[in-house]
Amino acid sequence: MTAPLHFHTITELAPLVAAGRLASEDLTRACLAEIAAHDDALRAFITVLGDDALVQARALDAETAAGRCRGPLHGIPISLKDLIDQRGVPTTAASRVREGHVAAGDATVTARLREAGAVFVGKTNLHEFAFGTTSDDTAYGAVHNPHDPERSPGGSSGGSAVAVVTGMSIASIGTDTGGSIRIPSAACGTVGLKPTWDELPCDGIVPLSRSLDHVGPLARSVADAWLLYLIMRGDATAARWPLPMRRAARGLRLGIPRAYFHDILDDEVRGRFAESLTWLRQAGAEMVDVTIPHAAGTAPVYLHASLPEASAYHAATIAACPERYTPNVRLRIEMGRYLLAEDHARAQVAREVLRADVDRALAGCDALALPTLPIPAPPIGAGTVDVAGTPESVRNMMLRLTQLFNLTGHPAISIPAGSTEGGLPCGFQLVGRRHDTEGLLATAAACEPHVTA
Amino acid sequence: MSDWLIEDWLASACADADRRGLPALKPLLSALADATRALRAVDWYEALSATPSAWPSATRPRQQPGDEDRPGDGEPR
Repeated sequence: MTAPLHFHTITELAPLVAAGRLASEDLTRACLAEIAAHDDALRAFITVLGDDALVQARALDAETAAGRCRGPLHGIPISLKDLIDQRGVPTTAASRVREGHVAAGDATVTARLREAGAVFVGKTNLHEFAFGTTSDDTAYGAVHNPHDPERSPGGSSGGSAVAVVTGMSIASIGTDTGGSIRIPSAACGTVGLKPTWDELPCDGIVPLSRSLDHVGPLARSVADAWLLYLIMRGDATAARWPLPMRRAARGLRLGIPRAYFHDILDDEVRGRFAESLTWLRQAGAEMVDVTIPHAAGTAPVYLHASLPEASAYHAATIAACPERYTPNVRLRIEMGRYLLAEDHARAQVAREVLRADVDRALAGCDALALPTLPIPAPPIGAGTVDVAGTPESVRNMMLRLTQLFNLTGHPAISIPAGSTEGGLPCGFQLVGRRHDTEGLLATAAACEPHVTA
Repeated sequence: MSDWLIEDWLASACADADRRGLPALKPLLSALADATRALRAVDWYEALSATPSAWPSATRPRQQPGDEDRPGDGEPR
């Protein structure tokens, strides 16, 4: 290990903590020092739990000294997106609408992480109410991408991705309604997992669109994401260590959907993705072209599926205190109130069609492979970006390759896959079969060493 | 529903946005109208019927007497 310890993975740190060779308090202090040094500029955190985190860490160190280790997460500092309840701590959703809120209890996933020995260092910044993909519409100041502070870290879990990349926490927990874990993971260079829909409990988490919402980890490796997923699932196998991670890339069969998914891609993103496929092919993986016939309809289906659910949740507060929302988020919530029920119903039928499309594309494949984002991280505040000579909406670009799998519920993961010449990370997305998130994780673990430059 | 009804809806929605002092909402409503046209451009029910295994039993429409006489696309239903 050459980098400071708080830049290592849970997989690397857990044996040291369990053996008493690394104190959780020291690890936690190192993360808190990164926050103190860099968060004024990056704005990854809304709430920092400095003293409380140290109390948690000391208690876990005492357990270790007494011969008790809860498992691989014992004493590891993590952060929670500030949509997720942690008892006694505000859940702001990055909005002034929530001023004065303090969570009475833990979300179920928080409770499971706490029981597993996590140290909570703070609540991370996000796009207000998770209603956006750039983490700049927030009451707590725009989040900045550590690879280029003039650029967005993606969103909505932008603060979580920044925290993981910069050593402010070893991992983070985010939410994903249209790509909000995978998008910032791709933009910042972390692993981000959206499990199968409804696999992890979302109680105690502020909803965006309940039928599309997922909770999941942002981490530094597929192994770490796998561990956090098992713990949040409440699975006793999370105590297994080490996880049975590796299968060889040789013999993997990856479906490559090109129509629609490759129609609008930044040249460098296209190049990195092609390189990843080449490296995987050299490692013995097989690629087959597949089609998702109705993929071009994804964006309008997503809009008509998601907006009414979001507007319904916010109906009371948007009527009572509209001025407390950031202007862009307020307008999107208002837009949803005009959408016709007939079209919402039509979108639900479309979701069935798209789900069947993706199921068929996966037949005979271990996973689908595609870029996570069609563009590198955009400049903060940009409404449009130039893609191969054509101006494109930033919002449309950010969601273009991820939102389909929220509509269909398939598990999907983004893993780092090199960067542009300007040093901006690119993401490699894998999509697995519904209700087989662990199968997807096994495939991702096999691909990881071949696509991560 | 045909396009003129979407135009009708859009005009009504924009007038309401003006009445509520939200003129900034009008470009978003225009974008929503475009998305609604795109959504309706596909016959999703027909697409679903082409993938029988995709029908969840709870939402599969039952064949009703007289279905063979139902109006075609673009006519009131």
